[in-house]
Amino acid sequence: MPRQRLYSLEELEDIPGTKVFTAKSSRLAYHLHKFCMSLMAADNREAFKADERGYMDRFKIPEAQKQAVLERDFSKLIELGGNMYFLVKIASTDGWSAQKAVGSMSGMSPEEYGAMMIEGGRSPEGMRSIRENR
Amino acid sequence: MARITAGVATSHVPAIGAAIDNGKMADPYWAPIFEGYEFVKQWAKDNTPDVVILVYNDHASALMLDIVPTFAMGFADEFLSADEGWGRRPVPVVYNHIDLAAHIAEQLVIDEFDITIINEMDVDHGLTVPLSLVFGQVEEWPCKVIPLAVNVTQFPTPSGERCWKLGEAIRNAVKTFPEELNVQIWGTGGMSHQLQGTRAGLINKEFDNRFLDLLAHEPEELATWTRLEYLREAGTEGIELIMWLIMRAALGYGVEELHRFYRVPASNTAVGHVVYKALS
Repeated sequence: MPRQRLYSLEELEDIPGTKVFTAKSSRLAYHLHKFCMSLMAADNREAFKADERGYMDRFKIPEAQKQAVLERDFSKLIELGGNMYFLVKIASTDGWSAQKAVGSMSGMSPEEYGAMMIEGGRSPEGMRSIRENR
Repeated sequence: MARITAGVATSHVPAIGAAIDNGKMADPYWAPIFEGYEFVKQWAKDNTPDVVILVYNDHASALMLDIVPTFAMGFADEFLSADEGWGRRPVPVVYNHIDLAAHIAEQLVIDEFDITIINEMDVDHGLTVPLSLVFGQVEEWPCKVIPLAVNVTQFPTPSGERCWKLGEAIRNAVKTFPEELNVQIWGTGGMSHQLQGTRAGLINKEFDNRFLDLLAHEPEELATWTRLEYLREAGTEGIELIMWLIMRAALGYGVEELHRFYRVPASNTAVGHVVYKALS
């Protein structure tokens, strides 16, 4: 007998403001992520900084993802299949802190986001389930 | 005979590593966090193991793009600190204990864990920040380290229950290694945090503290928590906590909690840290 799932896969999409990174999303972002990991070498970071689009053209990245990288739109990149552990390498190349990169998705200014974290972070109240509104 | 004598768990926030490397440990933001590690630094001097089995996750540094192993053991003789986009952390080379690693890999397969072997990789902040927090800024690490990488990033990740069983299997494997060795197991990552979307910055102190309460003396209950619960309650990256279950299960039934520390925040993350002595 196969073992039962403890929850349906749809429930992974029931968390507000959250996109769970899956094997399928990894496929969508494969070339984007390959580019991100290339930024782990200093000479590649320099080449990217010198010509962002030209550097990205070395990879088979879909145009929408390239555009989102140029705009440093991390929310869009997550929506298009990206995962933050890859994407943060773009932020590091820019000299951004992880907090600045992560906070940029929250709709808050870096100052507001930083203050929220000092105050104890974002409460999970009302942020657990879309369906159950809790 | 080898024996697992103690367990350590700690968050592995990259900004903590940067604070250490850039001499910011005394800054008002960071000082309260490093105070929480004063105990373990002294304890580790008095209780230096021969080998640490260090459970961590790779953050798209060596793994995750082309190959996504659920459980993988580092099998190189040595591991360098990875360049994660801002240069390599200035920390010592990590040296493996190949004989123990080989024995564990053999035994794990007998125990139905078909572990992936990695013959070359760099290790990122997930592994090096815990070493820095416990051993400080040193010329060389005082012990050998067997890296054990867990996929906690890409679904399907292993379940908490599966991690628990892996910890039990590691315990059995170490016990049957014929050489006298003092072995520690460390679980890293967590606690609550979410690094994406409009829910970024999520922290759940109640969840984290309940986890810490149960981990010492009623850990079997934690093994039943689903991955969905971790995502909902502790954030998409809070699921890293399942790696603490591997550590706890490897310690066996009874532990003495020598130290516990919890503080919010370090960057985007709730910092948790415990030191357990194995009683059996």
